[in-house]
Amino acid sequence: MSEETPYWLDDTVPETPQTDEYPAPWKTTTVIGTRVTRVDAYERVSGTAVYPHDVSLPDMLHGAILRCPHAHAKVLKIDTGKAEKMPGVRVVLTGDSPGADMGWYERRGTFYGRLFDPHCRHEGEEVVAVAAETLPQAFDAIRAIEVEYEVLPFVVDDEAALAPDAPAVHEGGNLVGEPSVRERGDLTAGFEQADFVIERTFRTPCEIHAPMEPHGSVARWDGNRLTVWDSTQGVFSVQQAMARALGLPLANVRVIGHYMGGGFGAKLETGKYTVFAALMARMTGRPVKIFLPREDCFRVTGNRPGNTITIKIGVKNDGSLTAMDYKSLGSNGAYRYNASTSTMAVYLYTCPNIRAEDTTVYTNAGKARPMRGPGFPQCAWALEQVMDEIAQKLKIDPVDLRLKNIAEMAQYEDGVPLTSNHLAACLRKGAKEFGWAKARARTESDGHLRRGVGVAACFWGYAGGPPSTVIVKLFSDGSVNLNMGASDIGTGTKTWAAMIVAEELGVAVERMQIEHADTATTQYATSSGGSKTVPSDSPAVRAAAFAVKKQLLEMAAEELEVEESDLELHDLTISSRSNSEKKIEISKLAKLDRQGVVIGTGYREPNPEGKFTWPYGAQFCEVEVNTRTGEVRLLRFLGAHDSGRVLNRLTYDNQLFGGIVMGVGFGMTEERVLDRQTGKMANANFHDYKIPTMMDVALSHQNAPIDRPDTEFNTTGTKGLGEPATIPTAAAIANAVCDAIGIRVTDTPLNPTQLVRLIAEQRKEA
Amino acid sequence: MAKKVDPRKEPDKGVTRRGFLGSVGAGAMAAATGVARRAEAIPEITEPDEMIQVALAINGRTHRLLVEPRWTLLFVLRERLGISGTKAGCERGECGSCTVLIDGRPRYACMTLAIEAEGTEITTVEGLLDGEELGETQRAFVEEDGFQCGYCTPGQVMAAEGLLRINPSPSFDEIRHGMSGNLCRCGAYANITNAVTRAAELKKGDS
Repeated sequence: MSEETPYWLDDTVPETPQTDEYPAPWKTTTVIGTRVTRVDAYERVSGTAVYPHDVSLPDMLHGAILRCPHAHAKVLKIDTGKAEKMPGVRVVLTGDSPGADMGWYERRGTFYGRLFDPHCRHEGEEVVAVAAETLPQAFDAIRAIEVEYEVLPFVVDDEAALAPDAPAVHEGGNLVGEPSVRERGDLTAGFEQADFVIERTFRTPCEIHAPMEPHGSVARWDGNRLTVWDSTQGVFSVQQAMARALGLPLANVRVIGHYMGGGFGAKLETGKYTVFAALMARMTGRPVKIFLPREDCFRVTGNRPGNTITIKIGVKNDGSLTAMDYKSLGSNGAYRYNASTSTMAVYLYTCPNIRAEDTTVYTNAGKARPMRGPGFPQCAWALEQVMDEIAQKLKIDPVDLRLKNIAEMAQYEDGVPLTSNHLAACLRKGAKEFGWAKARARTESDGHLRRGVGVAACFWGYAGGPPSTVIVKLFSDGSVNLNMGASDIGTGTKTWAAMIVAEELGVAVERMQIEHADTATTQYATSSGGSKTVPSDSPAVRAAAFAVKKQLLEMAAEELEVEESDLELHDLTISSRSNSEKKIEISKLAKLDRQGVVIGTGYREPNPEGKFTWPYGAQFCEVEVNTRTGEVRLLRFLGAHDSGRVLNRLTYDNQLFGGIVMGVGFGMTEERVLDRQTGKMANANFHDYKIPTMMDVALSHQNAPIDRPDTEFNTTGTKGLGEPATIPTAAAIANAVCDAIGIRVTDTPLNPTQLVRLIAEQRKEA
Repeated sequence: MAKKVDPRKEPDKGVTRRGFLGSVGAGAMAAATGVARRAEAIPEITEPDEMIQVALAINGRTHRLLVEPRWTLLFVLRERLGISGTKAGCERGECGSCTVLIDGRPRYACMTLAIEAEGTEITTVEGLLDGEELGETQRAFVEEDGFQCGYCTPGQVMAAEGLLRINPSPSFDEIRHGMSGNLCRCGAYANITNAVTRAAELKKGDS
């Protein structure tokens, strides 16, 4: 699977130049692995951080977008006459406007729609954009636009979309390509070897990313140069998309994304609104800001596809797996993406005979986008519940069942080795620190409050790599400017980068200025997604600091008249190992004083050949189920993840717990509801679409990191955490609920409505 | 009471002496009578393009400006006064990103009309700073890493500040209830809980 282009990359990715020498793995560290508060914490808590939504430029206009109110329709006529005459309105943009006729929703070189597509394939498709002096005026204007639609039959149900007479979202039927099939071994023979077979179907409805900062951009032109402030996870990706859309040289498009209010995958794709803002800014000669209302964010800025997953699994009485038949169906909405889920099932556990089939269909709904571990939480919900059921049937500890079946290699590629796989350590350490054995052995509680414990495991199928280029400048007073392209999407990128420089050079993080996520002033970095910013960019930061250090040691060797190999740098002082008399503070280096600055450039080294690298994890939880109300209280959650070396324990904890919270939402509270009568989203707001609040999350969160550097993978020994942190959560909850009340909940959200129904059915059967 | 202004007669640039005096009076009166009475005090229905003069006391400073009656306090803070620490997340009273203190109580600025807020003391996240020094609640959020992307953070900080002004020693459950009107999609809730606990300590002078 490593040969595939990662799902979030549709752009041209440059190669990273290589150097001869890379730093050796750290033996001991003094800064790395500690808890360091964020270098940009002041800005974020004081209100001085300027998010794209806060950008306000002189003479700026405000944009609004008129969207199709139907699930499926053709635009017959647009009358903007009234809107154009309204107070404050400066420009009305349609598909007929200069420069607005272009393809959109590109996937690997093919366009699946238009920027303004008269064929509206889902509720919320863009029909007209307006820019006015004030935002209320812009919204007044779009309300005054009259559009005549031909309303078409629609389909919003995944299975119904495959019916021969289903309304076609695109010409040629609703199947998105052929179903993808991965096969290994002999399925029939595998099932024949099994002592028993379990087959279950699971459903996970569509989930919405819902980052707190809405999607949007500000665009400003200076002649033929465009500057965009965008709430994005990848400024270089937006730069490429905008240059393509507007026919501009890359150098003429500057994209700035210093702060951004969350993305979770939704902000990996360039929005139509960014192009609208740029076009309207060019037509008016004034900056234009467009931020989407929250309701539009729910409808049109991506989602995690809903899936129906059937697993049929053959098991021997000793707990080994003999065969797995995995089928997944999901919709990418109205435009081409991918709703496959099977990867985790193909790789996580040893099973010699596997067939995994993923089917993606078009429906008249908003396009899916990658969302935190695309496909993996859905698969975990199914696979990890099936594993739990096997353990129940065999009456063995579900931790032991997993330990027995860990696939140490990439089994689908017939045993390509991994640079590290510490899933066993995740399970063992997690179980120990959670007090798993004791909690499982507790006496059955009586009454209507029942306690249960659950476990689930995961891996994540990517770990990053080149390209990444970082520049570190050390000034003669021992302060540092760090320059890197990566976005800090809330993951603490700037902070661990500063920590790495502090580790290498001894400069305090308070004496650093960090420049990042600006296509005009920083070096190319891939978008921050895929849990790969740390493992891709941290080695480049280290290499840049290493390059600075090397130059400092050369200077000191000359000035102290000792061999460079005899020198070491600690706390901004270079000293001889053999002669403690010979030492010099770097601020006293004559050459540095003359130069004023030392500049080091760091490149990400290549990944090792012939091996894969994946992060792993296991999560444990304890729940209390109220059998009268169907309410589930999450008493405690523990995560034990193998993410290689932990750089900043403070932000590592936070990201783990945040992943668990998002997993609680996926498993217990969230569900996009599309009205069957109209095809419209019925809960496009935070009141009806329930993301977890502080009242919904576990009462306590615990972290048991494995923290073993993967030194074979990169020079910082790091793998990712962001996505794995949310993958097993929902399944662990379902397993705990089953442990508590003996009910296997196959559909998310596991909420009181569903649980009281299942409890009533259970009583009826009893 | 607030003064209705016909924009055709009085340009919305600058404030006339008459309007200035009128709005100062309005502020003083509304302060005495409270927000609810203040809203009732506008008897006529205003036209959409009619501007009303208000005086808003924000972070200890009075801002006098013309507003449309439909403008929210959030809109005025961000778009008219450039006080952008207060964030817009949903603009329909569901996410809490725009939480500010109105007379010391946490309120959603998106659900408060600017004209309603006249005569009250409004505090935004910038108002917790003492010069460049962070306030106790802000320091606690830094120390406990009570955020990730930081977008909901000004609202979380203000909700915490409001909670602690009402209840200086909240229990774990009181913190959960007190902070439950503020969504954090990054899910930093565990650390936010710790930050509120820490802020309570800092406010009592524990370092």
